[in-house]
Amino acid sequence: MLIDERGMNSEHDMLSPELSSEALAKIDLEVAKYPVDQKQSAVMAALVIAQDEKGWLPKETIAVVAGYLGMAPMAVYEVASFYNMYDLQPVGKYKLTVCTNLPCALSGGVHAADYVKQKLGIDFNETTPDGKFTLKEGECMGACGDAPVMLVNNKRMCSFMLPEQIDKLLAECN
Amino acid sequence: MALIDTINPLLTTGWSKGDAGWSLKDYEARGGYAQLKRILANKMSSDDIIAEVKKSGLRGRGGAGFPTGLKWSFMPKAAPEKYVVCNTDEGEPGTFKDRDLLRYDPHSVIEGMIIAGYAVGAARGYNYIHGEIFEIYRRFEAALDEARAAGYLGQRILGSDFSFDLFAHHGWGAYVCGEETGLLESIEGKKGQPRFKPPFPANFGLYGKPTTINNTETFAAIPFILGMGGDAYLNLGKPNNGGTKLFSVSGHVNRPGNYEVPMGTPFAKLLEMAGGMRGGRQLKAVIPGGSSAPVLPAEVMMECTMDYESIAKAGSMLGSGAVIVMDETVCMVKALERLSYFYYEESCGQCTPCREGSGWLYRVVHRIEHGEGRAEDLDLLNRVTDNMMGKTICALADAAAFPVRGFIKNFRSEFEYHIEHRKCLVDPEVQRMGSGFFKAGAA
Ligand SMILES: Cc1cc2nc3c(=O)[nH]c(=O)nc-3n(C[C@H](O)[C@H](O)[C@H](O)COP(=O)(O)O)c2cc1C
Ligand code: SF4
Ligand code: FES
Repeated sequence: MLIDERGMNSEHDMLSPELSSEALAKIDLEVAKYPVDQKQSAVMAALVIAQDEKGWLPKETIAVVAGYLGMAPMAVYEVASFYNMYDLQPVGKYKLTVCTNLPCALSGGVHAADYVKQKLGIDFNETTPDGKFTLKEGECMGACGDAPVMLVNNKRMCSFMLPEQIDKLLAECN
Repeated sequence: MALIDTINPLLTTGWSKGDAGWSLKDYEARGGYAQLKRILANKMSSDDIIAEVKKSGLRGRGGAGFPTGLKWSFMPKAAPEKYVVCNTDEGEPGTFKDRDLLRYDPHSVIEGMIIAGYAVGAARGYNYIHGEIFEIYRRFEAALDEARAAGYLGQRILGSDFSFDLFAHHGWGAYVCGEETGLLESIEGKKGQPRFKPPFPANFGLYGKPTTINNTETFAAIPFILGMGGDAYLNLGKPNNGGTKLFSVSGHVNRPGNYEVPMGTPFAKLLEMAGGMRGGRQLKAVIPGGSSAPVLPAEVMMECTMDYESIAKAGSMLGSGAVIVMDETVCMVKALERLSYFYYEESCGQCTPCREGSGWLYRVVHRIEHGEGRAEDLDLLNRVTDNMMGKTICALADAAAFPVRGFIKNFRSEFEYHIEHRKCLVDPEVQRMGSGFFKAGAA
C-alpha cells in the first residue's frame, strides 16, 4: 500500500533546494490546465509536488517554485502559509493528521487523537525523537461518516480508526 | 461507504456497485451522457435548457439554496470568455456527500458541468476539490481522462460545434475556499480570501470573467433533470423544493452515511434509515444543515421535514444537508467550544468583526467549558454575534455566529449550569463512553 509519496525520487539531491526534472515535468502538466497567461494558477499543485519531493517546504524551495512559475517569492510564500496542509517546518517521515471536529468527535475523533498521543508520547505539533512521526490536529476532512478519520502524509485517508486500526497503521509505518 | 438505503434514488443510482461502478462504461450503461448527446444532436437552445432547470425547482446544494436556473440566467450572453466552476471544497463540518458523488459517480458531475457550459456559453470549467480527499481528486482526474478520450470533452464535442474542456484543481486545507469568491481567488493562485460582492461571479468571476459556480450535487442533478423533465423532478419533492437531496448523517446513529431522499421527507424517517440512535440512547439535539446551522432540540427536530422551509420555520437552515445527530451523552458547551474553535481557526482575517469576533466567541465559550465562565458571559456572546452578523465580506462570520446563538438559545440552562457549577451537566464518564471509541469496561 502506498503510504509515502514523499522522497520517491531517490536519485534526487534532498539537500539542494532545486526540484528534480520529474517534479518539474509534473508541474508542467499542472500549468497546462490553465490559460497560457495564468501560470500562477498552478502554484498550489506545484507546492504540493515540491513538498512531496522535499518532505516540507523550505524558503529556498518556495523561491524555486516562484522562479519556475514567474511569480514573486513573497506571493508563493503567502500561498504556502495560508493553506494548512503545507509544511513550512520539517515534519517526521509520517505526518498523521487526526480530525477532531465535532462530527468526528461524536464518534471518537478526539479519543483517537488521545490514543495516538499516548502511543507515540507526543502532543499535537510535535515529532517523535526518532523523526518518524509528526502529529497534527485536523479540521473536517469531509469524511465524517467514517469517523474517526486520519490522514497519513496528506494524501492517504484512513477511516474508522478505532484502537486496533490505529495499532495496525502505526505498525505499518516504518 | 456505498449506498445503504434510499427512497427514489437518482443521484445515488450509480452507487450500488460501490467503488466498482464509477467508470465511463458503467455510467454509459446506466444512461449516462445521453442528455448531452440529445442536447447536441437536437441543437437545443440555451434558453430551453435554462427554462427546464428553472422549472425543476432545483436549488443550489452548497448551502445557500439559491435557484440554479435563475443563477444560470444571470450570465451575460455576449461575453467572449466565460467559465463554469464546481465547488467540491466540502469543508463544512458534517458534510461528506460531494466526496461520495465524485467517488462513485464522477461522470454525472462531469456531464452536468458540460451541460452547464453549453447553457451559459462557457468553453472551460474547473472542479475545485477539497485537499483532504486527494484520492478522490485522482479519481476525478481519471474520469476526466476517460471523458476526453471518448470525445465528451475537448474540441467540437461529438462532432458538434460546441467545445468545452474541464480540469480538476485541488485545495490544500482552508475552509474559507468553500466560499465561492475565496475559491475563485484560490484557483487564481492566491490566498483564498473572499471578494467583496457585488460584483457577483456571473459578472466578475474567475480571472475577472463571467463565471457560474455551483455545488457538486447541484451539477450532478442536471442530467437527471433533463432526462426526466423539470416538472417530474419538481414533483419528486415539494413546491419550491424540487427533487431529491443527499443528506450526510453523522454522529450518534447506528449507520452514519449518505442518504438520498425526496425533499420534504420527515426527519424521523431519515433517522430511521440511518439505523436509529446508537445504543438505543435518547436523541438530544440535531444540527440539521452543517455546523453553521443553528442546533435544534430533539423535540423540535422530530417534527421537521427535510426541506428548506420546514427547517427554516423551526429556526435553523437546511444548509449543505449535513445532519449532525447528538444524543444525551453530549455536553452542549463542549460541542459548541469545538465548533467555535473551528471558525476562529478558519477566519481569513480580512474583516475585523470576523477576525476578532470569532476569537472572542471561542475564548468565552472555552472559559465557560473550563469552569471559568462568568454570569454575564451568555449576554456577552450574544452581543459579539450581533456585531458580526451581516457586517463582513463573506458569510463565514455569520457561520461562526449562528451556532453560538442556537446553542445558547436552545440549551441555555446547560450553559448556565456550567457557569454556576463550573462543570458539565453531563457526567464526564458518560461523555467519554458516548463516542464508542472505548470498549465498555476498558480503561
Ligand atoms: C464560509 C463558507 C463556506 C462554504 N463552503 C462551501 C462548500 O464547501 N461547498 C459548497 O458547495 N458551497 C460552499 N459555500 C457556498 C458557496 O459560497 C456557494 O454559495 C455555492 O458554492 C454555490 O453553489 P450552489 O448554488 O450550487 O449551492 C460556502 C459558503 C461560505 C460562506
Ligand atoms: S467574514 Fe471572515 S472569512 Fe469572510 S472575508 Fe471576512 S474575515 Fe474572511
Ligand atoms: S468532522 Fe471529521 S471528517 Fe468531518
